[in-house]
Amino acid sequence: MSEPTGRIARVDPDEPTGRVARVDSDGDPTLIVRRPVIDMQQLWKTYRPGSLAVHALRGVTLSVDEGEFVAVMGPSGSGKSTLMHIMGCLDIPTSGTYKLRGEDVSEMSENSLARIRNREIGFVFQQYNLLPRLTAWRNVELPLIYARVPAPARRRRALACLEQVGLSDRVDHRPTELSGGQQQRVALARALVTNPALLLADEPTGNLDTAAALEILGLLQELHASGRTVVLITHEPDVAAVAGRVLRIRDGQIDSEEVAA
Amino acid sequence: MRWRDTLRSGFEAILGHGLRSLLTILGIMIGIAAVILTVGLGEGAQSSVNSAISALGSNLLVVTPGSTTSSSGVRGGFGSASTLTLADANALGSKRVAPNLIAVAPEAETIEVLTAGSSNWTTTVVGSTASWAEVRDRQVEEGGFFTRQQVSGADDVAVLGTTTASELFGAESPIDQTFTVNGISLTVIGVLTSAGSSGSTDLDDMAIVPITTAQQQLFTGTFATSVSTIYCEASSTSGLSGAYQEIDDELLSAHHIDEPSEADFTITSQTTIASTANSVNRTLTDLLAGIAGISLLVGGIGVMNIMLVSVTERVREIGLRKSLGAPPTDIRRQFLVEASSLGLLGGIGGVFVGFIGTVILPHLQTNPVKLSVPATVGAVFVAICIGLVFGVYPATRAARLSPIDALRSE
Repeated sequence: MSEPTGRIARVDPDEPTGRVARVDSDGDPTLIVRRPVIDMQQLWKTYRPGSLAVHALRGVTLSVDEGEFVAVMGPSGSGKSTLMHIMGCLDIPTSGTYKLRGEDVSEMSENSLARIRNREIGFVFQQYNLLPRLTAWRNVELPLIYARVPAPARRRRALACLEQVGLSDRVDHRPTELSGGQQQRVALARALVTNPALLLADEPTGNLDTAAALEILGLLQELHASGRTVVLITHEPDVAAVAGRVLRIRDGQIDSEEVAA
Repeated sequence: MRWRDTLRSGFEAILGHGLRSLLTILGIMIGIAAVILTVGLGEGAQSSVNSAISALGSNLLVVTPGSTTSSSGVRGGFGSASTLTLADANALGSKRVAPNLIAVAPEAETIEVLTAGSSNWTTTVVGSTASWAEVRDRQVEEGGFFTRQQVSGADDVAVLGTTTASELFGAESPIDQTFTVNGISLTVIGVLTSAGSSGSTDLDDMAIVPITTAQQQLFTGTFATSVSTIYCEASSTSGLSGAYQEIDDELLSAHHIDEPSEADFTITSQTTIASTANSVNRTLTDLLAGIAGISLLVGGIGVMNIMLVSVTERVREIGLRKSLGAPPTDIRRQFLVEASSLGLLGGIGGVFVGFIGTVILPHLQTNPVKLSVPATVGAVFVAICIGLVFGVYPATRAARLSPIDALRSE
């Protein structure tokens, strides 16, 4: 079963969080239930740097379906980074539940969170965060090392992902020998190499010039078109515009939500 | 993370900071080399002491004169008295008096000038009996040793050590040649097999003459009547204590002493000499090894210091690895492998330097150096452990870093 956007749809009556309904050309409403990748219910995150409690998140409820491309926008201090950290399983919420692909990760131990990050999440950072000592392909294979994948399979998969981002001719270059855009593409390949459920990009174009930024956004769109779930965190409206849905966050709450035409 | 990948990552990190790693390794290296060399020196000294003592002969009891007190009250050291005589030695040689002794050899020795033709040589002249070679465990290489008859007849004969023989007669065979001491002409009847040196004493530089000849013709002063040492060989190791008792009883009665505490002689067994010498040696070795151990500790602190720097410097990398799914255990293990590899490399380097040292050191000083295999293996093991122990704190710190804080750091 498919829908006009070309995303993979799945009918799953056991999932209570299904949401998208549409009306067919013949006028019959069809309920399409898709499995959510992200399901957050009433998430709070409170920091206590001193005696005063600081609420970074104040009851965020949000759901991202498989194959969706969602942008999270918000000014600095809005709780956007905290949301990204929790979404990426780098941090756990103070209260509320967070299910990633149906698995509750809100109270997981550090080791289990590491495993989830390794298998289910691909990070793309503003700073690229490549290890300067390692060549491009060895940077890409890093997550597979922690997944205990044997070396020959690691190299094969790393090369395949570098090909996917168009860097087949740069596999043996070190990050310092690559341009910013190329470095970010290596980072993107690294995020894809474990075939994660969620691609989490935190200001991926923040350090790039316009041409390189467009290249990266184009790659994200391509990945989305091929069925990947992408969450993009940014403060630039132009960047957010490539997403299918834009969530605006302000003062730790979801302020508005708009779906692209 | 697989072990192979952990090891590779650790070595890459070490190679990535070549100079810094080298300096850290140097600290461990010096410590390990110091331990190996001090233990080697200690063992070398011990084996040379042991060989010197066993060179005395086997199952030996050594009787030396007691101390003297001069009329003005000044007390000489042990052996300064001249209370032992040839008669004492002859009495101990009797099977009836001391059944546990198989041979007795008194010694009286002075330094004399030996002259043969145009050459002369100053050496120790030892007066003794026919049992000397057996008691002192020496062999005759050429010719023969003097006999009981030659001793009782006070014949003018001598047996030379190889050094003395070659100094006096050069390459010629010394047998049947003559040399003079204090105007007395002596005929060489034998040359001893070389026994090398014991400490700084050349065991081959001496002339042995019958003690009767020595006392009647060569020596003047105290040694004309007394002997400096009586070497007694017991029949077996188990007979040593019996032999000790027999010597003690005989000498006490011969010297008319009723109170054993007032004995004017001292009986020492080889084992007591050996254990005294070795315990002194061991104390010195322990002291030096302790100092070397401290330098190893300092090296270990160097490893910890560098690992802490490494963790601080790589906070971002740690954060990234964690965000890519590295569990704390993998991060900790990675840093532990790095620290223990520094230790291992330092250990191997230290063994290498220590090995070179054991080859070079004997040329620079007189004491022998023995490369101790257990000390070497132990040193490498200790080096790895030092890396591990001093790596625990930095590695734990790295493992505990929060990925968010680590990623945020610049």
